[in-house]
Amino acid sequence: MSIAVNMKKMTMVQAITEALKVMLEEDASTLVIGEDVGRNGGVFRATDGLFELFGDDRVIDTPLAESGLIGTSIGLAMNGFKPVVEIQFLGFIYPGFNQLITHATRIRTRTQSRYTVPLTIRVPYGAGVRAPEIHSDSTEALFTHIPGLKVVVPSTPHDAKGMLISSIKDPDPVLFLEPMKMYRSGKGDVPTGSYTIPLGKAYRRRKGEDVSIFAWGAMVRIAEKAAETAAKNGIECDVIDLRTLYPLDKEMIAESVQKTGRAVIIHEAPSSGGVGSEVITIINDTSFLYMKAPIKKVTGYDTPVPLFTLEDDYLPDEKKVVRAIEETVRF
Amino acid sequence: MDLTDQFPIVQLVDGEGKQREENSHVTVENAKRFYEHMAFSRLFDQKAVNLQRQGRIGTYAPFEGQEASQIGSALALEDGDWMFPTYRDHAATAAFGHSLENIFLYWKGCIEGCVPPPGKHIFPPSVPIASQILHATGTAWAEKKKGSDRVSLVYFGDGATSEGDFHEGLNFASVFQIPVVFLNQNNGYAISVPLERQMNSKTIAQKSLAYDMPGVRVDGNDVFAVYNETMKAVERARRGCGPTLIEAVTWRYGAHTTTDEPSKYRDQSESDRRRERDDPISRIERFLRANDAWDPEWEIKVKADSEKRLNEAVSEMEKTHKSDETLMFDHVFGTEVWPVQEQKERFFHEGSEKA
Repeated sequence: MSIAVNMKKMTMVQAITEALKVMLEEDASTLVIGEDVGRNGGVFRATDGLFELFGDDRVIDTPLAESGLIGTSIGLAMNGFKPVVEIQFLGFIYPGFNQLITHATRIRTRTQSRYTVPLTIRVPYGAGVRAPEIHSDSTEALFTHIPGLKVVVPSTPHDAKGMLISSIKDPDPVLFLEPMKMYRSGKGDVPTGSYTIPLGKAYRRRKGEDVSIFAWGAMVRIAEKAAETAAKNGIECDVIDLRTLYPLDKEMIAESVQKTGRAVIIHEAPSSGGVGSEVITIINDTSFLYMKAPIKKVTGYDTPVPLFTLEDDYLPDEKKVVRAIEETVRF
Repeated sequence: MDLTDQFPIVQLVDGEGKQREENSHVTVENAKRFYEHMAFSRLFDQKAVNLQRQGRIGTYAPFEGQEASQIGSALALEDGDWMFPTYRDHAATAAFGHSLENIFLYWKGCIEGCVPPPGKHIFPPSVPIASQILHATGTAWAEKKKGSDRVSLVYFGDGATSEGDFHEGLNFASVFQIPVVFLNQNNGYAISVPLERQMNSKTIAQKSLAYDMPGVRVDGNDVFAVYNETMKAVERARRGCGPTLIEAVTWRYGAHTTTDEPSKYRDQSESDRRRERDDPISRIERFLRANDAWDPEWEIKVKADSEKRLNEAVSEMEKTHKSDETLMFDHVFGTEVWPVQEQKERFFHEGSEKA
C-alpha cells in the first residue's frame, strides 16, 4: 500500500465513488457500465457525479440485461478496456452467471493468455437493510467456486476504496461484493488520491489470544461487537476480517488459530457449502494439531433469505456469536 | 404474420450455376477463389470425421453442406477484424487464417488449439449457444470507442435465436450502433429440433425488425450471394452505420456431431436430394462450366494441394500426444494464486512419485 498523507472522513459508498473517480482519471481505458449508473448515479448513488465529470462515453447506462451487460463487457475487456460493471443487487446477477462461469473466467485459460478479461463486477449484497425480496442474497460461495475469479468483500470505507482500485488494476475478473448494510453505516478515514490494498490479504481488526473469529462484510461489525462483549467476560478474541474470499489468506488464518487454538466463523450466507467450510479446510490442512476445540460456524440458515420481517432472525447476531465463542472456550 | 415476402431469399447464382443478377462480385476469378476454399473445407471436414472414426481425435461437429455460408462470409473480413465462431465453423476460421494444426488439436482435446495465429483475432469456438454474440458485440464496441474501422462477425445457428443472449446482443448493438455483423446459419435443425419447433416466425431475418437494423435472408448455398451481402454489412459497419443481421439459409448434410445419428429425427434422403441438386460446391463448378472456365486439371490440382495441406496439418497435430500439464495450471490467473500454485506443485510431486 502506497502512503497517502491526507485523510478524509467518508462513508463506504462515497469511498467507492472516490475509487471509481480515481481510476477514470488515472486510466483512460476504465469504463463504468451498468443499469442506471449514468444520470441517476446508480441505485445506491455509488457512481454519483461520474456521468457529469466523464460523459456518457466513459460512464455508460446500458439496457436492462445482466447477461448482455457482462457479456459485452467481456468483449470490451478482451479488446483494450477495463470495464467496471455495476449489477444492482447480487440477487439480480444470475442471468449473467453463464457469461461469468463459461467465458469471463475461462478466456485466459482457453486462449493460453492470448486474450484476457480485466473486468471488475461491483455488486451490493447481503441482508439487514429491510430490502424487498431477492435483494438480500449472500451467495458468495457460488462465485468462490468458479476457477479464474477473485472474490473481494471490503468491510470499511478505507478498504473499499483501496481494494476497488486493486480490483480494477487486476489483470483478471474480480467480483467486488459491497455489503449494503455497511454502505452508510458510518464514516471512516479514507486517504485521498490513489492507493491500493493487495487482494488476498486479510486484516486483523482486534488482537486476542483465546479465540479466532473469521468474518467478512457486514459480519465483521458483528464479530467486533461480540469480541467486545466476550472481553468483558475475560475472553480475548482475534478478529480477522478476511476481505478476500478467493484466494483466502491462508497465512493469517493459520497464524491466528495456531495462537488461539479455537475458531468461530461467521457468515450470513447459508451454512452448507459456504466459504466458512473452506476456512475450516485451511485450518485442518495447516493447524490440525493446534486446535483445542471443534470449530464453530455461526451462519444464515439453509433457507432462502426471508422477507425482512424475519431477516433479524435469519442473520447471525452478537448474541449467537458470543454463545459460540463461549462454547468453544468451555469445550 | 408471414414476412417471407418482405425477406425473400437473395440469390446471385442459382443451383444450376446460372447467374440470376448482375453483380460485380460474380466473376470467374472469385468463383475459383471460393471453390479453392470450399473444396478444401469439405476435404477438411471429411478428414476430421475419419480421424474421429479412427479414434485419432475426439467428438467432432461436421459442417458439410454449409461451406458457402462460411466461406462467403469469412472472405468478407480483413485483418484486424474479429471472428467469433461456433463449434461448427472451421471452414470460416480456416479461411480467415486460423492454423489448421490448431483446429485439429482442439478436437483432439488440446487447449493449445484455441490459440489463433499472431495478429489474427479469432475467438475459440463458443460452446454455450449464442453466448459469443455478446463478445462479438463487446469487441466491436471497443473498436468503435477506439475510433477504428474494424468490425466483428459472429456465427450462430438457428437454435441460438431462441436464447436470450441473441436478443441481448442484437439490442446492445442496435442501441449503441456497434459495428458487428450477426451471421446466422439457418441449417434447419438445432441438433434434432426443426425450425418450426424453434420459432413460430417464418424467417430469422425478420427478427432484425425488432431491433431496427438491416436484415437480409440469403441463399446460404450461394457463395456469391453470401459474400455480397456480408461485404455490404461489413462496409456499412466500417462506415459507422451499425449492425446487420444476415440469415444464410443452408443445410447440414450429416449429424450434429459424430455422436448422433440424424436419421433418428429426420429423413436423410433430403440430404441426398440436396447434395444432388443444391450442393454449394457443385454450384460453383456448374457456374464455371457455364462460363467455359472449368478446368478438370485445375480441379485435380486444387484437391491434391488441399490433401497435402491437410496431411501436413494432421502430421503436426499428431506430434502432440497430449497437452503439456503445466498448461492446465499456468493460465488460470495472470498473477500467481496460492491454491492453484499448491495444487500444481502437488500434481507434479505426485506425478514424479508415480514415475
